[in-house]
Amino acid sequence: MEKILVGLKRVVDYNVRVQVKRDGSGVETDGVKMSINPFDEIALEEALRIRERGEASEVIVVSIGSAESQQQLRTGLAMGADRAILVETDTSTDPLTAARIFKTIIDRENAELVILGKQAIDDDNSQTGQMLAAIWGRPQATFASEVSFDGNTARVTREVDIGLETIEIDLPAVITVDLRLNEPRYVKLPDIMKAKKKPLDQLSFAELGVEPAPGIKELAFEPPEARQRGIMVEDVAGLVAALKDKGLV
Amino acid sequence: MSKVLVIAEHNGTALNQSTAKCVACAKQIEGAEVDVAVFAASASSIAAEAAEISGVDRVLVLEREENDPAIAAVLAPQIAALASGYSHVFGPSTAFGKDVMPRVAALLGVNQISDIMRVEGTYRFRRPIYAGNAILTVEAPAEATVVATVRTASYQAADGGNTAAIENVSADAELPTHTRFVGVQTGQSDRPDLQTAAKVVSGGRALGSADNFGLIYKLADKLGAAIGSSRAAVDAGYVPPETQVGQTGQIIAPDLYIAIGISGAIQHITGIKDAGTIVAINKDEEAPIFEVSDIGLVGDLFNIVPELTDALN
Repeated sequence: MEKILVGLKRVVDYNVRVQVKRDGSGVETDGVKMSINPFDEIALEEALRIRERGEASEVIVVSIGSAESQQQLRTGLAMGADRAILVETDTSTDPLTAARIFKTIIDRENAELVILGKQAIDDDNSQTGQMLAAIWGRPQATFASEVSFDGNTARVTREVDIGLETIEIDLPAVITVDLRLNEPRYVKLPDIMKAKKKPLDQLSFAELGVEPAPGIKELAFEPPEARQRGIMVEDVAGLVAALKDKGLV
Repeated sequence: MSKVLVIAEHNGTALNQSTAKCVACAKQIEGAEVDVAVFAASASSIAAEAAEISGVDRVLVLEREENDPAIAAVLAPQIAALASGYSHVFGPSTAFGKDVMPRVAALLGVNQISDIMRVEGTYRFRRPIYAGNAILTVEAPAEATVVATVRTASYQAADGGNTAAIENVSADAELPTHTRFVGVQTGQSDRPDLQTAAKVVSGGRALGSADNFGLIYKLADKLGAAIGSSRAAVDAGYVPPETQVGQTGQIIAPDLYIAIGISGAIQHITGIKDAGTIVAINKDEEAPIFEVSDIGLVGDLFNIVPELTDALN
């Protein structure tokens, strides 16, 4: 295949303990470390491996967000993507609108494969890939833990609740990736320098002509109800007694 | 009035408990009429089970060869066609529901509400974000169909004892052939299912090897418990991925959860915070798992776990 599109979302880093703002208007992001959504890094790694095996010729990373998302795209370029596209918008983008944006870029680029993370670790929606496949009228292979190609078909193993399911899909298609698919490579310093010269196109949301989907209103953010710290026991006998006390054994 | 269509999850012959949990959630919408749709090749036994769920008005049966095994791209257009006339379409937030429901939402031109944990109103719901570090109240537009997944750990399955009407219906949709089922590989264990088990014994990286996980299996067998694990244990290859509990694995709510050698990363905790009693066994007394556990024991799991297994005779 010619081109693979990979989505990179800028999110609060995996290791940050997220705090809800006091006024309930959102979560604290000022001065918080931001990174590529970890699943998206796995998506990019897979696309790079496909290209390195000679099964694709170009990997394009796409982000939708503020100008700051350029940082994540540059990291993607340093990992090995050929070029980047930033669809600039200052408001957060809902999954269906994001899917419509990706569809527009697929049409512009004639991409045959889109690889996305199975979910973003900020809104935990897990929708965009499936929605893109729906509006594109193409197959979806979600939660992928193994991907291989044979001509115009892909064989994808998916992590499902009862184990591993394998499906076969015709290209073009959308694949969303799970944790076990691969381990993303580390970026080396010379690659960061090289990435600065790679093309990064900026498009405004308005110029794409995408119709925004009906949004879901976010009314209030609250911290979760905390579980109370319980008791500590000294030994196994104490543990068994405590479990018996609760009628659990 | 609200009319909710619940998409049944099943394995081709038996209904998954997630369906009765979705019904429980749907019944929280004031005055809602709830129908369950069973898409299958041969639906009679599944439909009979669905008809027993308390609160269900009708069970709609859509039998087609193409519906077994379930493929999201095949089911979604049928669900979307059936959705007209319903104010809400609900599915479980399991691998099945997470795969198919967003595809349905996109076909209907709406965003999905993922992981409903509480119903606040006909269009207003609460859901976890940031691995459960924040709870968001959302409101869907009243003029469009509400498509949502239900966080199954937040709901008790609706009771049985009902005798809802079962009707054969058809959904006018063109089905794609671009996606084909090849096979499924399951752990095939006789142990209880992780999603529905009353007790779960879970092991982490501290087990150190797949062989050492034998300690976890022995304790689980003694308790009649399902096996769980942390991401670290799965990544290390000690246990298969379907055992992973947490933000990106399974979200569960057993009566008893025993975390052994699991430090308790926030991503893991989010998968167990609806558990009845959490027991933590860890050699590090500073491990964050103790902040959320009801009973904690500091010590070497390699001594404690065999001793505990023996003590439960």
